[in-house]
Amino acid sequence: MTEVSGRQPETGNAAPLKIAARNVSVFYGAKQALKNVSLDVSSEQVTAFIGPSGCGKSTFLRCFNRMNDTIDTARVTGEIRLDGRDIHGPDMDVVQLRARVGMVFQKPNPFPKSIYENIAYGPRIHGLARGGAELDEIVENALRRAGLWEEAKDRLGESGTALSGGQQQRLCIARAIAVDPEVILMDEPCSALDPIATAKIEELIDDLRGRYAIVIVTHNMQQAARVSQKTAFFHLGSMVEYGDTSMIFTNPVQRRTKDYITGRYG
Amino acid sequence: MGVSQATPSSSADRVPTDWQSARMRRRVESRYRAERMFKLAGLGALLLAGSFLAFLLFTIVRDGASGFRHSEVRLSVHFAPQLLGIDHAAVTGPDAAAIIQRGDYVGLMQATTAQLGLPVDVVSEGAWLELRRTVADDPTVLGKTRTLWLPVTSSIDQLAKDKFDLTQPVITRGVSDKDVAAWRSLERRGLLRTRFNTLFLTEADSTAPELAGIAGAALGSLLTVVVALGLAFPIGVLAAIYLEEFAPRNRWTDMIEVSINNLAAVPSIIFGLLGLAVFLNFFNMPRSAPVVGGATLALMTLPVIVISARLAIKAVPPSIRDAALGIGASPIQLVFHHIMPIALPGIMTGSIIAMARALGETAPLLLIGMRAFVTDLPQGLASPSTALPVQIFLWSDDVQRGFVEKTSAAIIVLLVVLLLLNSVAIYLRSRYERQL
Repeated sequence: MTEVSGRQPETGNAAPLKIAARNVSVFYGAKQALKNVSLDVSSEQVTAFIGPSGCGKSTFLRCFNRMNDTIDTARVTGEIRLDGRDIHGPDMDVVQLRARVGMVFQKPNPFPKSIYENIAYGPRIHGLARGGAELDEIVENALRRAGLWEEAKDRLGESGTALSGGQQQRLCIARAIAVDPEVILMDEPCSALDPIATAKIEELIDDLRGRYAIVIVTHNMQQAARVSQKTAFFHLGSMVEYGDTSMIFTNPVQRRTKDYITGRYG
Repeated sequence: MGVSQATPSSSADRVPTDWQSARMRRRVESRYRAERMFKLAGLGALLLAGSFLAFLLFTIVRDGASGFRHSEVRLSVHFAPQLLGIDHAAVTGPDAAAIIQRGDYVGLMQATTAQLGLPVDVVSEGAWLELRRTVADDPTVLGKTRTLWLPVTSSIDQLAKDKFDLTQPVITRGVSDKDVAAWRSLERRGLLRTRFNTLFLTEADSTAPELAGIAGAALGSLLTVVVALGLAFPIGVLAAIYLEEFAPRNRWTDMIEVSINNLAAVPSIIFGLLGLAVFLNFFNMPRSAPVVGGATLALMTLPVIVISARLAIKAVPPSIRDAALGIGASPIQLVFHHIMPIALPGIMTGSIIAMARALGETAPLLLIGMRAFVTDLPQGLASPSTALPVQIFLWSDDVQRGFVEKTSAAIIVLLVVLLLLNSVAIYLRSRYERQL
């Protein structure tokens, strides 16, 4: 534990700080799912959370946009600051927070509406477009950035659920991008996809880096190594180690990290 | 680990299972036998239920089909102005309609039927209305003679439909010798015919079976169900949305949930008593009125709608919920943009089935006075009225023979309406299932 807290204040090579989490714990009823995690997320890098199932990495990710609020029994303690402002503070509106911190889920979950409506929904409810033409532009830009424009431009009126799994997931990413968030959280975005669709999503994450702070939870260690600059390893609800991805994968400090990365358990 | 180490040593000295042995074959056979027996039992249950239904439908259709037809007698009616007491010149004046209404059509009717020379009335006591309608439609008929087909009395009608066993003695067969003689005479002269009974579909209740119709009861049922749906649907759906999406989970909401489930199982007559006590005795609302019937049925269907709406809302995939909240939709936006469009077909299915039940409900309506004898179509939500199932109950209770077929005919109408409602519910459900 001492090594962990000793390591985490260093935010790498002085990358701009986006999210600062301090002593975050999450309880589901009486059960503690996350124990005292402190971590900084940079705005220009991709941060990956790895670890075996049930280690608390998704739980931690869901703290950043307060999605744990939607679970009745969940209780979050500790402090999370977005651009220095406490996201649990009284002046923080959870709806605006979720517009600023977008999320992509494990299973592609487009709305059962048209492709266009899927993208346009966020900008519309947040009042980001002043008229149809502007909305059309937002939709096109989001689809372009998500690499889906060429495939979807002739079928914007079709249902989003009619797309293939990989396309659906890129649609969900486009939907998150459309409200112009500052952070994108991805909760195992490729776990339901085939390798080709996975490669496309990884390419997309690489393209989006720098523009958005990206936090990705993944089971797949190669994926973490490929797409992220920072990696945090979680085990049994605690963060075991956090550092530059290159360091974590080549020269981990903790024995548990090394065992996990070399496939001793997981 | 322990298991995988233990098995090799024990399996080494075990005889390999002989799947072809007699014991194994017997096991397979007995399993097949059990499956066959189970399938047969299931099929038997289905056939038994089906045969009950077929028997029910058969008897209803057998008794009720003739209720949609009635017999008419051909009469030459001379519309003599002096007999009617209508001044020939007045029918072109400004008060023509009122003067025509006041004519003595009953007298004209009696004078006309006297020509037949029969010992009993063969024309229905309400047939004079047909005469008045003829004059009102065309006043130039005054002074002329017209051939009209007029409804006959119930006895002649039943005789014409062959409903009596004439080999029985007079005392048990239910029809007098005079009626039989009159019927035979009319038949011989070729003055009778049987036609589709439009009166049955356009008139309200009557003491004379040949004049009674279901339109009054059907309209009363429609008004009642509209009121019930108008009250129960919005209240029930709002309650369901609140309970599912906004209410905290605690002892109070648990208690409310248990109460709703219990209310759904309360016998309908209890709701009738509640309606009687609250709407009639406390609020002094009008007796026998569709608005009270509807409000009472709304109380009865409310728990069913709440339960079905909650189930439909619960069935919305959580991933849609996550997606909407993740993009920053507020709880209200989540409900109205995402949950309701997906849950609505399910909610509507539940509501339609609840309404179908309300439509067939009799007991609570009896208690709030909707068993009244009403000979006019209901004029509004507060005017006295009856309902289809209550009408069936009233007719089935009537001693007159002519109401037997009316009862079954009304049952056919009610069943057809219920069938239509349930078909709509099934259609909505299948569309909903295809969507997801």
